[in-house]
Amino acid sequence: MDDYAIEVRDFRKTYGDFIAVDGISFDVKQGEIFGLLGPNGAGKTSTLESLEGLRSPDGGSLRVAGIDPAREPRKLRNVIGVQLQSGGLPEGITPDEVMKLFCAYHNVAPRFDLLERLGLNEKRKAQFAELSTGQQRRLALALAVAHNPQVLFLDEPTAGLDVASRVELHGLVRELQAKGTSIILATHDMAEAEEMSDRVAILLGGKLVTIGTPIEITAAGAGLTKVSVHTQGNTLIDPGLRFPAVSQQSVKDDYAIFFSTDIGQTVSALIAQVEAAEDTLIDLRVERPSLEDRFLEITTTGGSQ
Amino acid sequence: MSAFSQHFAFEFRTGIRNKTLLLMNYLFPLGFYLMMGFIMPEINPPFLETLVPGMVVFGILAATLLGLPDPLVNARETGIFRSYKINGVPSSSILIIPALTTMLHLVIVTAIITATAPLLFDAPLPVNWFGYVVTFMALACACAGISVLIGVVSSSSRITVLWSQLVFVPSMLLGGLMLPYSMLPDAAGKVAQLLPATQAMNAFNGLAMGKVADFAPWGSVIALFASGLLGFALAIYLFSWDSHNTKRRGHPLMGLLVLLPYVVGMLLA
Repeated sequence: MDDYAIEVRDFRKTYGDFIAVDGISFDVKQGEIFGLLGPNGAGKTSTLESLEGLRSPDGGSLRVAGIDPAREPRKLRNVIGVQLQSGGLPEGITPDEVMKLFCAYHNVAPRFDLLERLGLNEKRKAQFAELSTGQQRRLALALAVAHNPQVLFLDEPTAGLDVASRVELHGLVRELQAKGTSIILATHDMAEAEEMSDRVAILLGGKLVTIGTPIEITAAGAGLTKVSVHTQGNTLIDPGLRFPAVSQQSVKDDYAIFFSTDIGQTVSALIAQVEAAEDTLIDLRVERPSLEDRFLEITTTGGSQ
Repeated sequence: MSAFSQHFAFEFRTGIRNKTLLLMNYLFPLGFYLMMGFIMPEINPPFLETLVPGMVVFGILAATLLGLPDPLVNARETGIFRSYKINGVPSSSILIIPALTTMLHLVIVTAIITATAPLLFDAPLPVNWFGYVVTFMALACACAGISVLIGVVSSSSRITVLWSQLVFVPSMLLGGLMLPYSMLPDAAGKVAQLLPATQAMNAFNGLAMGKVADFAPWGSVIALFASGLLGFALAIYLFSWDSHNTKRRGHPLMGLLVLLPYVVGMLLA
């Protein structure tokens, strides 16, 4: 039990007759970055907010760092950090003031170094309403991590951020992970989820349709792997050639392009063909289907695959 | 600094930094006081005798009823309460600290009115300062309690304005600020006794200004304090962090219980 920062068992959330989350179960390990993905209305927000103690579950059980969020909300406050999607701060409050205020309620010293690190040093005396969207999100992150929470919830953490801020934020998240913080990342940015997450769960219609590492999830899909090959003698650019597990092939800019259902078989056969033709391999690129491709596949098929 | 003092300091600064709150806490009460001080004694000379308590009552009504409820509704509807909840800010602090900082602003406004009225308008000062301070505190407590309760039970800014005006407008007309209570018809007098302003003017007259009270002045002070404390207790009980996702513990109309001390006082009188 101690290995898990979060335990979700048969969790169910309803709003009147509408079932927002229908009996899902998953765990998040200590020090793990766990991506929670799904289209709008999939049940992500209901799940996250129930784990954060903002909503009460209608069935099943939730544990965050061993705490029941609905029954022990006060204990929960000091072990979780939450970067809310919307601002959620008074318009007139300054980053300095809110850092002092929330740290005082968490009974820790204010972490002004986080404001500096997240590029808010020059805005420390500016009112919240005067901050840009990106600055507001960075402030929300600084506040979420200021008390060194055991579990951090990030909801669309990089929405509205420029590239440099995004890299800085990812670096900070990795540091927190290295210190043992477990992180739940809810995002629509599939590239970010694939890059950051150790494991990913995809929700659809209130049900958990798949869970695993990004590689496991993409490998389980029906998507074709693209193999692009360039040789000195262009011996592969021959429409008459046939290779195992290749369903489509084409040519672009001296590259022979193959779409394979079994990458091992196809690449072995391609290399054998190049050697047999006494040609020389210049470049070979393999592009697996991305998490985004797999996500689209799952959401368009309703999770039946 | 403790969490309470950090929160108090921020809310106090907000009372000056926020233009609407600055208007309700200072500009409106002091502007109205100057206007009334210059105009009313020319039209109605006896008005001068109650200028100081009358304008203090007006200042309290404006800062609390018109200034306190709306920021609470806005904070709930824009997710600020959710953010506070996640960061361990208790609901009691969310409700009581803005009320306390408003009272501190009111102390400043009251001090300005009390200090300048004799100089500017030759208005009489209280003869009993203890009674003056106690009545001020009782009214500030009563109005702050009702105001946070309005902020808690109102579903939107429009409803907030409706409830606030339901107390503010009759207080201005019947509360003894413009017309003495003794000049009101019986039926209007009964309604007036349900208003904190009427009770406060009665207590100011009987306990601070050396005049004859229309009914028991200490009874008015007790009713004001009781109503204020009841208002805060009901506000904490009925408080919800989020109007969409959390259930309120009781029906908003329970808030009308805040008038109970005035009803009891009226029955005992």
